[in-house]
Amino acid sequence: MFDVVIAMLPVLAISIYFFGMGAIIVTLTAVVSCLAFEWLIQKYMLKQEPSITDGSALVTGILLAFNMPTNLPIGIIIIGSLVAIGVGKMSFGGLGNNPFNPALVGRVFLLISFPVQMTSWPVPTGFSNSYTDAVTGATPLGVMKEGIGAGESVSAIMDKIPSHMEMFYGHMGGSMGEIAAVALLLGFAYLLIRKVITWHIPISIIATIAIFTGILWMVNPEANADPLFHLLTGGILLGAIFMATDYVTSPMSIKGMWVYGIGIGVITVLIRVFGAYPEGVSFAILIMNAFVPLINMYIKPKRFGEIKND
Amino acid sequence: MLKTFPKGGVHPAEDKYSANNAIETLPLPKTVSIPIAQHIGAPSKPVVNKGDKVKVGDKIAESAGFVSANIHSSVSGIVVKVDNVMDSTGYKRPCVVIDVEGDEWNESIDRSTDLKKEISLTDKEIINKINESGIVGLGGATFPSHVKLSVPAGKRIDVLIINGVECEPYLTSDHRLMLEKAEEMLVGIQILMKALGVNSALIGIENNKPDAISHLDTLVKDYPGIKVHALKVQYPQGGEKQLIKALINREVPSGALPLDVGAVVHNVGTALAVYEAVQKNKPLFERVVTLTGKSVTKPSNFMVRIGTPVTDLVEAAGGLPEDTGKIINGGPMMGKAVNSLEIPVVKGTSGILIMPADLSKRKKESDCIRCAKCVSVCPQGLEPYLLNKLALLEKNDKLETGGVMDCIECGSCSYTCPAGLPLLDYIRLGKSRVSQIIRSRK
Ligand code: SF4
Ligand code: SF4
Repeated sequence: MFDVVIAMLPVLAISIYFFGMGAIIVTLTAVVSCLAFEWLIQKYMLKQEPSITDGSALVTGILLAFNMPTNLPIGIIIIGSLVAIGVGKMSFGGLGNNPFNPALVGRVFLLISFPVQMTSWPVPTGFSNSYTDAVTGATPLGVMKEGIGAGESVSAIMDKIPSHMEMFYGHMGGSMGEIAAVALLLGFAYLLIRKVITWHIPISIIATIAIFTGILWMVNPEANADPLFHLLTGGILLGAIFMATDYVTSPMSIKGMWVYGIGIGVITVLIRVFGAYPEGVSFAILIMNAFVPLINMYIKPKRFGEIKND
Repeated sequence: MLKTFPKGGVHPAEDKYSANNAIETLPLPKTVSIPIAQHIGAPSKPVVNKGDKVKVGDKIAESAGFVSANIHSSVSGIVVKVDNVMDSTGYKRPCVVIDVEGDEWNESIDRSTDLKKEISLTDKEIINKINESGIVGLGGATFPSHVKLSVPAGKRIDVLIINGVECEPYLTSDHRLMLEKAEEMLVGIQILMKALGVNSALIGIENNKPDAISHLDTLVKDYPGIKVHALKVQYPQGGEKQLIKALINREVPSGALPLDVGAVVHNVGTALAVYEAVQKNKPLFERVVTLTGKSVTKPSNFMVRIGTPVTDLVEAAGGLPEDTGKIINGGPMMGKAVNSLEIPVVKGTSGILIMPADLSKRKKESDCIRCAKCVSVCPQGLEPYLLNKLALLEKNDKLETGGVMDCIECGSCSYTCPAGLPLLDYIRLGKSRVSQIIRSRK
């Protein structure tokens, strides 16, 4: 678990660089409240030996923070943490038994309950000490969605938003964990080197989205954004690398991981292109989380010496 | 690129403390307790009674069927009882107990040490001799060797595989044999080739024993048909199915035997025993046992008479360390803890491992976090987390369809589980229940 925390450090660093104090406050609040809720629930409600030292609540806290704008009121952060730990994890029996990624449960709950606060994204201005009075704006993905909805052409919209290169380094509005592709990829490399995760889930998600949006883009480049734009925005990399790979809520076999990853990719694009929300990866992951028990039941690893029935 | 098996596997620390210590002959014990069930198959029938005088190499119990093995006295002396004595399983099992007097060998045994290379026996005679001499798989499986050599009509064997992998951490008895008894072993391999009617044999040795590899590599030039293969270190490469896959890239189907893919596997120690039986008329009554552990004063490889109490080995290696936490019969991955030092060495005892207390503590157990690490390390492509759960719930039918019978009990899953779950312990339980059910169906 602590390797996951290390892998998230570059993301945290870039976030602090662009959003300043806000990033620190949001992360600390989420982490402290997740740890506190886990401890309190285990100790006083479930009367178990608290297991916060396993690092899982710490990871949930950071991930939850990564999914928030850096000017979110503290009260909302605490509510999100309570939902993530209390509902997303403990109500199912704690670590190992929860079907849904706890951080995503928290995020989606907030998105539905506090849609305005959850989608007013501070504009990255470089390190600042301001918190709630940050200048806010839409995310590139939001601008794109709205623009296409209003009938503008993609090339016209592109002029209004940061370039792909700027997005790659994180210079755009968005939640603190989604902005910097470069930091997310660094974390991905670390997770792979330390063998914390295998490449199958992230790559299958990324490849599916690239192919699916690529086809749409080639059909009509003026009505659909290019695949790279999709991959760099709206938390696809954050979701693919850090959220979809959560051990507890992802499949056990390699083949199962492919099915799961492709499913997340397809649902994400469907939501983005046809749905109401500009981004779709969190919903896609939660939907596929629900299918994991089924995937595990029917998609088995290849046995040694399996007799082929053909 | 060195060969290895493609699926799963782990890399436990090797800790082969006794690798450089030559085989020493352990002094004769005062008494031996020789169990009549120390091989896979039917327990043998004792043919001696209390008060009988026996010599080294005399038959004391007779094979009780095709899958069974003769047992010979490892010492000379008087049979004091044929009675139940605790063995390594922790249960009392029938044993022939002999008080040692002198060291008088059966006259038919050739005790000279010169290498006898010509093989005069025919294939049938070789198999009979091996059967007569009570030879079983010495790698630990203790499956009667003559059964593996009796190829059923319709099956064709084209290659003999010799297992010199010794992938269990700590154990070094096979390693020492390959260094010290290489020529005898190579003749033994030729005898096995003749018995099977094959003209090719491959010796698989992991790359962490370069001395054994180069030693055998120079010697095999005089033994046509035998080749040495260095393998990449990966546990459990010593598993028959994994070794066959690594060396000749054939996959033994689930539920089938190596001979179904044209191969037979024997261990290096077995090859030596075959040499001694066929060329020197010496039945199997002694073997090399590694006595080792981090705190053991003198980690050793002993040549031990079967039936010797383990405590004799411990004494010879400098006594039981003060910080002893547990004693394991076998290696750390597949071995089983024992609770007495009085248990006798048997044909399948490849090593005794003494673990200090700080290394024998179990990791704290938590719920399965579904990390799938056990799935990815299982060399048999099983789902240990699931088998573990099914075994706990006693869902025997699901265990069977889940492939529990394919489990080779390598322990890679338990070794790797970050939640500290003793997966193999429960899977083993489930496996033995399921195998009972399968047997009762017949
Ligand atoms: S399930 Fe059996 S074969 Fe697979 S890793 Fe565990 S012990 Fe080894
Ligand atoms: S290795 Fe342990 S924790 Fe991980 S899936 Fe297997 S049983 Fe569960």
